Amino acid sequence: MAASDMDALRQIFFQECEEQLSELEAGLLEIEGGSTDMEIVNAVFRAVHSVKGGAGAFALEDLVRFAHVFETVLDEVRKGRLAAAGQVVETLLRAADVLADLVRVARDGGDVDQSRIQAVSDELGSLSGTPAASAADEPEENLDDLGFMPVVVELPIFDEAPAPEEPAVLEYTISFKPHASLYANANEPIVLMRELQRLGEITVACDTQSIPLLGELDPEGAYLAWTINLKTTQSEEDVRGVFEFVDGDCDLTIAVNGEETGGPSDVDIEALLRSVREEAAEQAAQADAPIADAAPEQPDAIAAPSEPPAVAPKAEAAKSEKSGNEKSGGSEAAQPTIRVDLDRVDRLMNLVGELVINQAMLSQRLMEAGLARSTEVLSGLDEFEQLTRDIQEGVMAIRAQPVKSVFQRMPRLVREVAAATGKKVRLVTEGEGTEVDKTVIERLADPLTHMIRNAIDHGLEKPEVRVANGKREEGLVRLSATHRGGRIVIDIADDGAGINRPRVRSIAEEKGLIPTNAQLTDEETDNLIFLPGFSTASTISDISGRGVGMDVVKRSIQALGGRVSISSRPGEGSTFTLSLPLTLAVLYGMVVTVAGQTLVVPLTSIIETLKPKLSDVHAFGGEARVIELRNNFLPLIDVGRELGFRDQGADPGAGVAILVESEGGAQSALLVDGIQGQRQVVIKSLEANYGRVPGIAAATILGDGRVALILDVDAVVAGSRNGSLSAESALALAG
Amino acid sequence: MTELAPILAQKSGPARELIAFAVGKQEFCIDVMAVREIRGWTPATVLPHSQPFVRGVINLRGAVLPIMDLAVRLGFPPAEAMGRHVIIVVQVGSQIVGLLVDAVSDILTVSDTEILSPPDVASDMAKRFVSGLLAMDGRMLSILSVESVLPEREDGDPQ
Repeated sequence: MAASDMDALRQIFFQECEEQLSELEAGLLEIEGGSTDMEIVNAVFRAVHSVKGGAGAFALEDLVRFAHVFETVLDEVRKGRLAAAGQVVETLLRAADVLADLVRVARDGGDVDQSRIQAVSDELGSLSGTPAASAADEPEENLDDLGFMPVVVELPIFDEAPAPEEPAVLEYTISFKPHASLYANANEPIVLMRELQRLGEITVACDTQSIPLLGELDPEGAYLAWTINLKTTQSEEDVRGVFEFVDGDCDLTIAVNGEETGGPSDVDIEALLRSVREEAAEQAAQADAPIADAAPEQPDAIAAPSEPPAVAPKAEAAKSEKSGNEKSGGSEAAQPTIRVDLDRVDRLMNLVGELVINQAMLSQRLMEAGLARSTEVLSGLDEFEQLTRDIQEGVMAIRAQPVKSVFQRMPRLVREVAAATGKKVRLVTEGEGTEVDKTVIERLADPLTHMIRNAIDHGLEKPEVRVANGKREEGLVRLSATHRGGRIVIDIADDGAGINRPRVRSIAEEKGLIPTNAQLTDEETDNLIFLPGFSTASTISDISGRGVGMDVVKRSIQALGGRVSISSRPGEGSTFTLSLPLTLAVLYGMVVTVAGQTLVVPLTSIIETLKPKLSDVHAFGGEARVIELRNNFLPLIDVGRELGFRDQGADPGAGVAILVESEGGAQSALLVDGIQGQRQVVIKSLEANYGRVPGIAAATILGDGRVALILDVDAVVAGSRNGSLSAESALALAG
Repeated sequence: MTELAPILAQKSGPARELIAFAVGKQEFCIDVMAVREIRGWTPATVLPHSQPFVRGVINLRGAVLPIMDLAVRLGFPPAEAMGRHVIIVVQVGSQIVGLLVDAVSDILTVSDTEILSPPDVASDMAKRFVSGLLAMDGRMLSILSVESVLPEREDGDPQ
């Protein structure tokens, strides 16, 4: 196989790993939530098994080893020998985290914490070892006597892992005659025999009688048959399981000729029923097994089949493809999907952006030419506009993804933070299917992580405090997403102590963030935590007190065109609400004129617009001006001057004031010359070809084909406060 | 001019093509490989707090294209931008920038041996932007290095 093919396969493997891992975690969480559905257990097992299978094909030793130990425990659960509850599920979840780490390391390189892996695999090992110890007092040496699994001696845990429930040695005689269809379906007898070898000691005899003369030999025919003698402690069900995937493609008889030396019979009706039920699940799991076992190690005990070796790589490729198909189709009744390069979607998105601009330009030109008065042209234009909008929505829908991908990372985070803080936490997620643009999702992960950490670290009380306050010992963190008014709203709620307002206030005073005599409403006090440099934890924990605080969260949400708000009730908990645009590609803005230039002010930051009365505008200090509004003095910022478009302040009486809310919830009034209207604009990057421009967030192209700049309200307000806009640009000049 | 090219190439190794243009009363040229297209002047949207030689940005088929006034960049008095001015769209790395010049004159094919090193004069322009000189029919053309003409990016790489 060419190296590039291998790379492509590898990439597919890692993509699939992501899917398997998320299915694994989702399944484990359902089990943790009390679900006893056998299907979920099977799905979880399948996920780990598939990862192991793929990892084997790419010789990712660490991954295979860990996945194997993991899988062994899951198999115990699947067979009903180990109850998936309490401590066990916690271990399984931790194991899922380790597995995810190992996959990541295998993909991106880097180091893993070996001691952590060891600790978790020890835990897993003891889990799968437990039932053996309790079921019978069989000494461990007995396993060695059986010559059990020579392949895995390097795994310390593995010796004891698949410890038999009934340590009875059975002798099976298996006669196995593959049909041509078995090979055609890309199966390999040697793989099955290796699988059998894992169960116990085997002796294989190959029956070559039916091989015809060379002239009559069909190269794709099947002429070999095998008789395998297997000594194992496994049940017939397990032995038969090896052949499940080739069921129907071979003649198979399995006879037990050994005597049972103890324990209940496993060939009872219940076991048979179970095997029937498991068959379907096993089928899929087994599909991946051959890939794993096709790894280079060649056991010498088995006679190699006289299959032409050249077939092998092809068969493997077909196999991995097949298992891939099965996975995507097999999991739920999922709709068919395709994988598309993100670049292609982005290119389409850009083109649609241009189409929107072009459409706007065309209508404007037609208007100017007076042609739009004709009803035919007008209705044509309307239809064109409608179509353009539909296409735009369609493309955005392609980019839209459920927030599930971010929400999914949170359970792990919660577990880790809970463990580190010694708190008990239950995470409830809602609205995982809510869709939002991929870019928004990507940039949501960090703020959400931080807020959840914060909710557990600062929001929830310690278990003993909770109990003393008459609450459940286990704290609740609720993460929910919903669409509201063309935006996505994400709530992070905890049932903790709520914001300790007197404490927040005293800290803010201590740090000089507010004057000591400031009159603050509860809401204003709550919002103090978003101030830069504010951190309530008295001891800086390594969980959420890393110098970055809620101000960073707020800024990154605002950078996405979103807002954060808090509502908190003492003793009952706090809720942080994020409201974000569904896409970063377009923005609703108010088109304004400033010193002959056209600017766009994002609607998200605008509260209201008003025509200032000269009597309300007061000079304040040197050149600054304030505007009186409902008994409140707000800074009046001359945008034209702030951006350096003019030297002299504009006449407030002639302009329009736009009341905006900026970072930290502070309000100010922006003075512009006039308002042209509101419209949706396509966001264009200035940074691609130029660089960052102080006071400007991005650019757009208006209906007249000219570039208009989108105002960065926060930067303009902040700049007017301390003159940093020009300072920044001086810095830019200095380069 | 173009018929000279093969002879020159024969005479002295590999040839390269340069696009010649006028800024103020002087002639300059840049490597034709950097040039994406040449287009007429359209009014630019002014960028706040930009360096004086940054004219602003224009719409180039949906992309936002910054325009550098080469005259100002090279230390001449600013050009009175109008219809007859020309924008040379150049690409440097992933960055696409428009250079405002007075007029494009022709395309020259020259060999490396014809390129003279710039004399050591106390001119900022000569030191920073000119990588070589070319003598043609009694004219002097300065070869500009496109990279050095671009504005320093705030977020990054110093020149």
